[in-house]
Amino acid sequence: MTDTLASPNSAPQRRQLKADAAAALLKRRYASERLFKVLGLGALLLTASFLVILLTNIVTKSIPAFSEHVVNLDVVIDPKVVDPEGKRDSATLLAADYASLTRAAIMSAIPGIEGRNPRRALTSLLSSGAADDLRERVVADPSIIGTTIKMPLLFSDDVDLYLKGSSSVTSQENGSSDLTASDVKGDITLTGAEGTFAKLVAQLESENAEVSPETGARLLTPLLPSRLIEINGGLVKLASVTPTTATGTTLIPLTSSGVAKAGSWQLDTYAQPESRRKSSDQDIAFIETLRDKGAIERNFNWRFFTSGDSREAELAGIRGALVGTAWTLLVTLIICLPIGVLAAIYLEEFAPKNKLTDIIEVNINNLAAVPSIVFGLLGLSVFLNFFGLPRSAPLVGGLVLALLVLPTIIIASRAAIKAVPPSIREAAIGLGASHQQAVFHHVLPLAMPGIMTGTIIGMAHALGETAPLLMIGMIAFIVDVPDTMTDAATVLPVQIFLWSDLPEAAFQQRTAAAIVVLLGFLFLMNGAAIWLRNKFERRW
Amino acid sequence: MTVVYFSALALLTVTAYFLASSHSAAVSARGQRLHSLPAYHGLLAVSLVIAPMLILWVIGTPLISNLALSNALNLFPTDVQTDSLKSGTALRDVQSFAAGQRSGEASDVLRSAADTYSTWMTTGTYALLAAGIAAALLGIGTSLRLVSPTFRARTHFERFVRIILIACAGVAVLTTIGIVASVLTETLRFFFDPNIKGRPGVLDFLFGTEWNPQQAMRADQGDIKSAYGFLPLLTGTLLITFIAMCLAGPLGLLSAIYLAEYATPQIRRYAKPVLEILAGIPTVVLGFFAALTVAPMIRGYGEAIGLDVASESALAAGLVMGMMIIPFISSLSDDVINAVPQSLRDGAYALGATKSEAIKQVVLPAALPGVVSAFMLAISRAIGETMIVVMAAGLAAKLTLNPLDAVTTITVQIKTILVGDQEFDSAKTLAAFALGFVLFFVTLVLNIIALRIVRKYREQYD
Repeated sequence: MTDTLASPNSAPQRRQLKADAAAALLKRRYASERLFKVLGLGALLLTASFLVILLTNIVTKSIPAFSEHVVNLDVVIDPKVVDPEGKRDSATLLAADYASLTRAAIMSAIPGIEGRNPRRALTSLLSSGAADDLRERVVADPSIIGTTIKMPLLFSDDVDLYLKGSSSVTSQENGSSDLTASDVKGDITLTGAEGTFAKLVAQLESENAEVSPETGARLLTPLLPSRLIEINGGLVKLASVTPTTATGTTLIPLTSSGVAKAGSWQLDTYAQPESRRKSSDQDIAFIETLRDKGAIERNFNWRFFTSGDSREAELAGIRGALVGTAWTLLVTLIICLPIGVLAAIYLEEFAPKNKLTDIIEVNINNLAAVPSIVFGLLGLSVFLNFFGLPRSAPLVGGLVLALLVLPTIIIASRAAIKAVPPSIREAAIGLGASHQQAVFHHVLPLAMPGIMTGTIIGMAHALGETAPLLMIGMIAFIVDVPDTMTDAATVLPVQIFLWSDLPEAAFQQRTAAAIVVLLGFLFLMNGAAIWLRNKFERRW
Repeated sequence: MTVVYFSALALLTVTAYFLASSHSAAVSARGQRLHSLPAYHGLLAVSLVIAPMLILWVIGTPLISNLALSNALNLFPTDVQTDSLKSGTALRDVQSFAAGQRSGEASDVLRSAADTYSTWMTTGTYALLAAGIAAALLGIGTSLRLVSPTFRARTHFERFVRIILIACAGVAVLTTIGIVASVLTETLRFFFDPNIKGRPGVLDFLFGTEWNPQQAMRADQGDIKSAYGFLPLLTGTLLITFIAMCLAGPLGLLSAIYLAEYATPQIRRYAKPVLEILAGIPTVVLGFFAALTVAPMIRGYGEAIGLDVASESALAAGLVMGMMIIPFISSLSDDVINAVPQSLRDGAYALGATKSEAIKQVVLPAALPGVVSAFMLAISRAIGETMIVVMAAGLAAKLTLNPLDAVTTITVQIKTILVGDQEFDSAKTLAAFALGFVLFFVTLVLNIIALRIVRKYREQYD
């Protein structure tokens, strides 16, 4: 440094130069200091933002799954369908065709629908769960047979998604001149004054709609946004348009044919083409009619927490997985808590310092880092194939998870036991206690909060574990809620994995909702561990 | 029956405790001073009840069911008895018929076999119950007879407890032995069992470039050629691990440095839980995020700038795996940096170093072994991670280093092969165990080296 600055100038000048260079160097060094600090903070903030993005992403995805849409309809419980012989016994009541009753209920809500396809479209708006709900209600109270009850009927998942607004944007404009309808149902023609549909034709031209070679009208295909006309209490889906006339199919029958005044009919546009959404124009027409009647209601989705898995997204719930998780974790806890604590006591208090103890210690540390899927292989070949335990059972899942979290619990328990000062032990032994009495009567109770904290953290780890459980077959599609620890069952993380594979949007929302429930449990457990630590931790 | 047995066990345990402790209390009340407190006589009696009853149950239950099954099997014709597949089906039929779960027609053989089976099962369980109770009563009798001034009940009980403690500590060792034994035997069968069709040689496995475990199930599918070349899986695993480390390495280390050297206690108080929460998020959740949010996003960006991105790209899986590893690296490095003695920093400051110069030129070199071992543990974590790659990486075993392509990993293949029904004699199933062995071996080596580095490094400053 001094070499470069050496010059024939006078001493003060040289000192000045040196100070300048030093100042510049110092400035650079401070700049790099600041840069380093900012980099560190940036890394930390980036990491935190990952967490925030992850959680917001999942929570926003999950929100729709926590509500469901139902339609309140009058259901006529026809004794001829439910119980033709009047026996009122549960076998008859359970076997009856309730789906025909719910179908009849929704058919009577929108009268005048004819034709096979529209009728089918209308009845398939309801979920098959609607009939199950009705069956449950009738079996619980057979006295309602023969009466008409008002009850909420569950929609199918596609309708539910439409109502939650994840499809089609609509816009509406009032008609500018009078319009005459040729008929009330079927394919009809709407005739208006010159230029009634001029704007629509111009729009269609810009959307490159095909032109019919015979009439010169613009044709609306399912690839284009749908145009519908609300007129005389009915709804017409347009198929072809000229500036003066439009032809189309009635989705909802008109109350009368004839002239509708300017402003009393509307042109609706569904921006998303029919071919690109789940709900057809016919479905939407029915849903909107029901909505206009005020029959549709949005409820909290209790079903999600009270029912088992299902192939129908709107019926699928996490109760089976929750109960399976509870069984599995129970087995895990029963096995790994005593074994872990006793092993820790042995290693910390009684084990002689020799080669064997060393091997056990190294072994426990390595076991803690073995990939979880390898424990699944162990479970598969030892518990299932060698001992012949049942596949998919919480018993086996619990055993595998117990082995998986055992090192965690042993390490945490050892730390807790080690933290108890030797004076406690020595005092007990000095008063005549045996070594075991000193440990079990004095050291262990004092180490208990630390052991409990470690156990809760270990159980939280077990709660989130998926891979080893896939290996032992806890991945089957299981509708029933398991009653014992040898029934086939699944657990919450596996349920999440199963649902995440399904293509339906409704299932993806449910996956996110199940994740929210899982994370909720994890936060609760970790919160409990932190609370325990803060409340009972003692500094000696 | 299990319930009856264990109720008997519980009842006898309580009885034993009260009988033995009250008897010894009575003896000492008569003026004979006993070595141990009555409670220890009671506990010794309890251990003399529980131990024999549990041992009998563990040995007896499978013995009875095997006896019953083999006697039932004897009633079937010889061709069923010798064919392992047919006899397995027959025995399942017998069991379900005996349990009353089977509806419909049953042949005479099945009916009589089921009768034999249930007779043997009933007799056996009653015999077991009787033997258990007899053993327990014997235990109680012994413990009552042993009460005397010279008998040291506590010493004997503590010896019993010590055996239990050793057994519990041994479970961890047994687990390792179980893992090694199960994975290793299947792997050896995969390579050397002559009865396995389509098994590869060891060299074909280690250096083969094609992986296709599918096997012809029927004769008309004869053209499916299965191949067990391990290289595509290895490159896929390493590619994803590399991407993950590129994200997690710098971020984890920098945030650890910031937390250890710059952060105020206030920032630490908020930053630590954030990292802990990130570390505690189940991997299935991260997999969902990778598959449904990150992968489509990367695909979208890639297409916007004209790149061809697979819908299940290695990049998406790697980035999310990096997110998983950041807290792991940062908390391990944080500990290591904090363990560097303050005197080293003070020395650097005294020579005029700025804080960052002290960190870069003094603290980090001192902490280097620890940081290296943290990275190694993180790599072993990434290699063994399953759910993220199962959900976000593909199944196509391609030998590529392009991060935008779909790749597959060791864990994905294990999961794909073993989920669903599998027969234990096919090369395909055994291949999964061979992969499991490789995984276990690689992570074990990484861990041992890492732990050794940490241990060596700690000794320097203590």
